[in-house]
Amino acid sequence: MTTDTSTDNEIIAQLAAAFPVADSDTDAELRARLAAEAEREGLLDVSYRTVDSPFGPLLLASTPLGLVRVAFQREDHEAVLAKLSTAISPRILHSPRRTDDVARQLDEYFAGRRRHFDVPIDLQLVGGFRREVISHLREIAYGSTESYATVAKATGNPAAVRAVGSACSHNPVPVVVPCHRVVRSDGTIGQYLGGTEAKAVLLAMEAAA
Amino acid sequence: MRPFEEIVEEHGAVVMRVCRALLGPHDAQDAWSETFLSAMRAYPDLRPRSNVRAWLITIAHRKAIDQTRKSSRAPRPTGDLPESPTAVGAPGPGDDDLRAALEALPPKQRGAVIYRYLADLPYGEVGALLESSEAAARRSAADGIANLRKSYTKGPEQ
Repeated sequence: MTTDTSTDNEIIAQLAAAFPVADSDTDAELRARLAAEAEREGLLDVSYRTVDSPFGPLLLASTPLGLVRVAFQREDHEAVLAKLSTAISPRILHSPRRTDDVARQLDEYFAGRRRHFDVPIDLQLVGGFRREVISHLREIAYGSTESYATVAKATGNPAAVRAVGSACSHNPVPVVVPCHRVVRSDGTIGQYLGGTEAKAVLLAMEAAA
Repeated sequence: MRPFEEIVEEHGAVVMRVCRALLGPHDAQDAWSETFLSAMRAYPDLRPRSNVRAWLITIAHRKAIDQTRKSSRAPRPTGDLPESPTAVGAPGPGDDDLRAALEALPPKQRGAVIYRYLADLPYGEVGALLESSEAAARRSAADGIANLRKSYTKGPEQ
């Protein structure tokens, strides 16, 4: 056996050069193929993509049951995906296909051409009273608002005004489920996961349409 | 547990490198896809603090064995095979010879060289992959490199 390490190292370096590591080797096409095969085999528990919105990129995450999460940029998309990995499944891939419908409808909504969303929604991230609140929010019509107190009454818990506020601020699918249409009784707009500015933009847009 | 997308992002390129070294450019993409599909299936059960790269390379190793068996059963064309195109742009002179020399190594040596020097796995992991000891893996890799030197004579220094 040889002890000529310098020549060995040359061979090793040349071998490394003959098989370069290139990110372009695993391009979008190959990744899309993996996502499609994973979906066909029932392994794609969560797929996600980002879309543009008037207040920056939105993360859209979907399970086979429907849209499970919409996240604003300020929530930190990486952190949101890490939480989904724990809460739902780590079998997560970037794959736009499953959220094509919601992406298109969001585009139309932000362009003022759509008043409600017609996509399946998976509320597995919300339980109990919060889920009741979220379900009620879907009935608040485009362009109108309700106070936290009104929503509390509508869900049969008139005293649960704070809990309604908390449910709204934990809405996993904002914009699509319109928690932005719930405002304070005094007429001020109240808090929003996407920031009060984003909430104001949405309310102004709907009022103008 | 990290989202699987991060695993693909971090290790996808090195797995492709290994698939190409094991199978050549034509079958590498299939092996890559099958590797990550199997990995995704098993991922939720992966033990915390596992060496993810070694785990992926192990799956690729098995996929390559399956694929080699499959293609040796498949009917082969007769006569001269066309020159295989490179998958990585224009290689330097001699890269093709080096790849051919690597392909011609005995299986253990070839595996040891690929897993040690292209996948950058420690000898312990290489041994586990080749079902031999760490010391045997170390010897196989050294013998493999020595044989590559012997058979591959078109390097920059003659």
